[in-house]
Amino acid sequence: MTDPIFGRLDLSSLSVWRAFQDPSLSELIGAGAAMAVILGALATLALLTWIRLWGPLWRDWLTSVDHKRIGIMYCALALIMLARGVIEGVLMRTQQAFGLHGGFLTPDHFSELFSTHGTIMIFFVAMPFIAGVINYVMPLQIGARDMAFPVMNQISLGLTATGAALVMISLVLGEFSTGGWANYPPYTGADFQPGPGPDYWIWSIVLAGIGTTLSGINFAVTIYKERAPGMHFLRMPIFCWTVICTSIIMIFALPPLTVAALMLAADRYLDFHFFTNDLGGNMMNYVNLFWLFGHPEVYLLVIPAYGVFSEVISTYSGKRIYGYMSMVYATMSIAVLSFCVWLHHFFTMGQSANINAAFGIASMAIAVPTGVKIYNWLATIFRGRVRMTVPMIYATGFFYLFVIGGLTGVMLANPVISYQVHNTLFLVAHFHNVIIPGVLFGLLAGYHYWFPKAFGFRLHEGWGRAAALLWIVGFSFTFLPLYWLGLQGMPRRSASFGDPSFQPMLWLALFGGMLILAALGSLMLQLWVSIRNRVQLAVPLGDPWNGRSLEWSIPSPPPAYNFALLPQVLDRDDFAEAKASGRAYAEPAVYEDIEMPDNTAIGMIVCVCSTLMGLALVFWIWWLAVLSLGVMVVSLIGRTFRTDLSHVIPAAQIAAEHRAWLARVRAAPAVDRLAETHDRNRGRAMPERPFAAGAAE
Amino acid sequence: MSVRQISRILPGALALALTGCTGSGDSFLQPGGPIAAAQRTELFQIFGWTMIAILPVFVLVPLLLWRYRYRNAKARYTPDWDRSAILEVLMWGVPLVIVVVLSAQLYRTTHALDPVQPLASENPPLRVQVVGLDWKWLFLYPDLGIATVNELAFPVETSVALDLTTDTVMQSFLISALAGQIYAMPGMRTRLHILADAPGSFEGENTQFNGTGFPAQRFAARAMSAADFDAWVAQVRADGQPLTEASYALLAESSTGAQAQARLGAEGMAPGVLHFSTVEGDLFHSILHRYMHGNPVPPSAQPGAVGYAPETAEQTR
Amino acid sequence: MSGSNLHPGLNLGARHGSAHEGAETVVFGFWIFLMSDLVIFGLVFASYLTVANPLGMAGGPGPADAFDLRSIFVQTMILLTSSLTFGFATLALRHEKGRTVIAGWLGVTLLLGLAFLTLELRDFAHMIEVGAVPQRSGFWSAFWGLVPLHGLHVALGCLWIAVMLAQMALLGLVPVVKTRLLRLGLFWHFLDLIWVAIFSIVYLGGLMP
Repeated sequence: MTDPIFGRLDLSSLSVWRAFQDPSLSELIGAGAAMAVILGALATLALLTWIRLWGPLWRDWLTSVDHKRIGIMYCALALIMLARGVIEGVLMRTQQAFGLHGGFLTPDHFSELFSTHGTIMIFFVAMPFIAGVINYVMPLQIGARDMAFPVMNQISLGLTATGAALVMISLVLGEFSTGGWANYPPYTGADFQPGPGPDYWIWSIVLAGIGTTLSGINFAVTIYKERAPGMHFLRMPIFCWTVICTSIIMIFALPPLTVAALMLAADRYLDFHFFTNDLGGNMMNYVNLFWLFGHPEVYLLVIPAYGVFSEVISTYSGKRIYGYMSMVYATMSIAVLSFCVWLHHFFTMGQSANINAAFGIASMAIAVPTGVKIYNWLATIFRGRVRMTVPMIYATGFFYLFVIGGLTGVMLANPVISYQVHNTLFLVAHFHNVIIPGVLFGLLAGYHYWFPKAFGFRLHEGWGRAAALLWIVGFSFTFLPLYWLGLQGMPRRSASFGDPSFQPMLWLALFGGMLILAALGSLMLQLWVSIRNRVQLAVPLGDPWNGRSLEWSIPSPPPAYNFALLPQVLDRDDFAEAKASGRAYAEPAVYEDIEMPDNTAIGMIVCVCSTLMGLALVFWIWWLAVLSLGVMVVSLIGRTFRTDLSHVIPAAQIAAEHRAWLARVRAAPAVDRLAETHDRNRGRAMPERPFAAGAAE
Repeated sequence: MSVRQISRILPGALALALTGCTGSGDSFLQPGGPIAAAQRTELFQIFGWTMIAILPVFVLVPLLLWRYRYRNAKARYTPDWDRSAILEVLMWGVPLVIVVVLSAQLYRTTHALDPVQPLASENPPLRVQVVGLDWKWLFLYPDLGIATVNELAFPVETSVALDLTTDTVMQSFLISALAGQIYAMPGMRTRLHILADAPGSFEGENTQFNGTGFPAQRFAARAMSAADFDAWVAQVRADGQPLTEASYALLAESSTGAQAQARLGAEGMAPGVLHFSTVEGDLFHSILHRYMHGNPVPPSAQPGAVGYAPETAEQTR
Repeated sequence: MSGSNLHPGLNLGARHGSAHEGAETVVFGFWIFLMSDLVIFGLVFASYLTVANPLGMAGGPGPADAFDLRSIFVQTMILLTSSLTFGFATLALRHEKGRTVIAGWLGVTLLLGLAFLTLELRDFAHMIEVGAVPQRSGFWSAFWGLVPLHGLHVALGCLWIAVMLAQMALLGLVPVVKTRLLRLGLFWHFLDLIWVAIFSIVYLGGLMP
């Protein structure tokens, strides 16, 4: 039945071909997206060839094992995927705004949209963005030279890119699942969706998920084993504490997803009966496994965002974080509790009231440590000197909107309410309300905050403010009306509706969607304007915000080895104390050789092979699946036979680079915080107030 | 969309939101029975309690940001102040107390409103069996021997005991104005009780996405006086057709109520509604047990599956 | 990190020099990987237990129709012995008995691993014969999701032993080879532990009246 060479891939798999045969608006939009992917890829390839960037791209980026470059690549991937996710979201809002008895998209196209939108936003925007920020920032904050396992880090990135690539390819070849981001069987089983859609979901999730588990191991080991001398656990910046919690969740919560997806694959490919209707299968096992992953997942996303807000609020208030120990306890409690609440995603399964009550109370309990964190941030602002920079605008939006999300979260934690609003737009509004103001605003705040560290120039302030305000206002217009519609009983995932009274709210939501589109445009423009004005915005001396932790004590962008000499940490907020006590920017007595890992192509090999393998599995091209898996395994094993995998940077070179930078720091004028967003800011900060010696404690 | 259009829509939309003027009887905010009323009360109570923790944030954020703005030289600046015992107690204590109060409430109401419990009523309860099909609901009245599609009629002030399953993928059954939703799953039976205080028509729906016809999977839950209900039963017996194994096989195909009407030649009925005067055998239990008896259910015998072919399915049943 | 807090059970003796430093990070990382893998097994076990009942068996064959306890017992003994022989290999590594001795014990372990896999495959063939196939019921799906997953791990362990034998021959006992042997040991004992759970829960539990 299937071709031995091409499997089930044929001409009708091409979405462009389908549009040619049935030129309806819905198919044309699909084909347009496919053409955008193809033309975008071709244009990128052509551009790279035209400006001769292939060499640098390969040498400096794709084969790099530097945590900083890997982090930047993660963030770039996330921002590209964010563009697709937002466009899909706006398309869905448009469909629903016109969806009284119809709309312009076919129901199948609409359900593909909500499935890819959810999958992309969670797995290929939020996750890589978080992995990127952690990758970039965490080793710098703990005073490490790199991740504990730099090559594994590269492989994690490769696997994440594979997942994203598969979702992008599904626009061109075949179609994606229509089962939503959770992909519940039996609807996604072979009986009900025999096409390649759910298989795309399975393989993109499984491959990216393995990458995330490896990332979690890497982050945890890095924090446990690679901290600089004197960097005790309780001297780490709060962001690093949130990374510990997130990596624990990555290590323990990703396996349920992998197991659930592979069981679904066994059902679909090998006629197993894990989740089928007949022969003793049980779909509720899938639902349990999925949410055993899915709930910790949302905390995996939001906890590092809490960490970013902690750094941002403390820095821009010019003050130590209030209640450090409370923050640590609260973060840890959230991480632990996140594993105890998964059942609140299906209170309506028909289980006993006792079980529902237990999980409801556990879910509500998370509100306590979350509340503590919010109050701690407010207490950090209290008696500080606050600069309303772009990250602080995001933080303000976060305070307002996130507590609304928390309020509706407490409502949804109550089974009695969940019975009513489960599966409605109320739920959609709630999780967007925690993920956008929580996760996305946190990450965008971090993007503004650490961008000058990564590239040596600040982002344009005006466009940043515009983007932040548009995000906040756009979010409110888009999602607050959905609460109302949900209370009125409008189910999620509806391509159309029959109640005309829903229409005004859906129009309002569409208006909000347009604002979000404008916010995305502003972010892109801001990047463009900032790159063009990079000379005026340059902050090469490394400390544009009067930062408090170690990453600000080195040049921007930092050298490959991060620290000329590993810092000796004496205090929490060590760099702030060092600046105050005058020990910052000291020249070390001796410089030492530094051994750094060599670049390697293994991550790219894994990425290309696993993408081919995923595609081959989706389209039943068995020979290609075996071949690409074989190449991948042989390359990985082959690499272990090599022992000459690092190089040494001589002490003399490090000394020269470091001394030159120190000389520029000393020569540069320190600027006060009023000049923070002006061209005078070159990255040398004036202390906020004079300190008496030893006044730090 | 132009700015002028937006400015025309906005005030109207806001007014609508504030007055809550939507189709009446579709939401638990305009409850038609004791369960939905209790759920609405619960919603408002949670709202009130959490405000104790949330309002301070709303008030403090602008106050603090203004008071401690960088240029305000009058405000105190204590860069190293980072703990306070009183604040710690308040920060942990207040949310904790609220959560404890809400937990006690949650425990009580979760048990009190457990959907498997019959509802208090002087009238004898009515049993209805609900089968979710792609993209319509089949209601079987085992004690009356009739069945309907997309029309659930019942007498007021009567506890209606619903047994639910599906003959396709998972669905979720919700009549918002009467009670919360419950999943319907193949090979499994879930239970829900509803009761309406007064006659009226309430919208029911499936909230679990199940394919292209999903938005059309809606029905009317009609509460009526005992006399009207008897008349309705008589009418179903009069204008309905028998529900046989063969007609069920056609009904179970993936189709909306309107499509099913055409398939079974019942175009004269209300939109999407079908009536069945008799039901052959114990249909609900044969559907339920079909998945549990250890026989494979191939796609040709699986309603909703790609390749469902009722003609060949007859032999495998 | 300083030498004072090395795990005595894991690290090589004091004479192994730079292998210590490497072991600190990579062995810790491998423990964490094993924890993650343990979660996978735990979930597959849990799924198995939810369908180890008449409903899950869907009228198909049950454990009593398909399990051969004698063969399972032999497999258990073989796998436990292989853990012992791997232990001897680790001791030989620790006390620097030389490549030949280490390779010898590893070779014995590899043979035992292969013997285990052979017997397991024979059992699987028997199960297929009596119709205890994953296509038959949810119960057998879960069984075939669990036990062969362990078998796959054992096969990967065997491949790893073969790779390490080659590396010892080509690279000698350099620090990276030593720390890889340490991790391989953890992996191998971990598989033993999983098998003990499979033996107790799946086989003994399945055959209990």
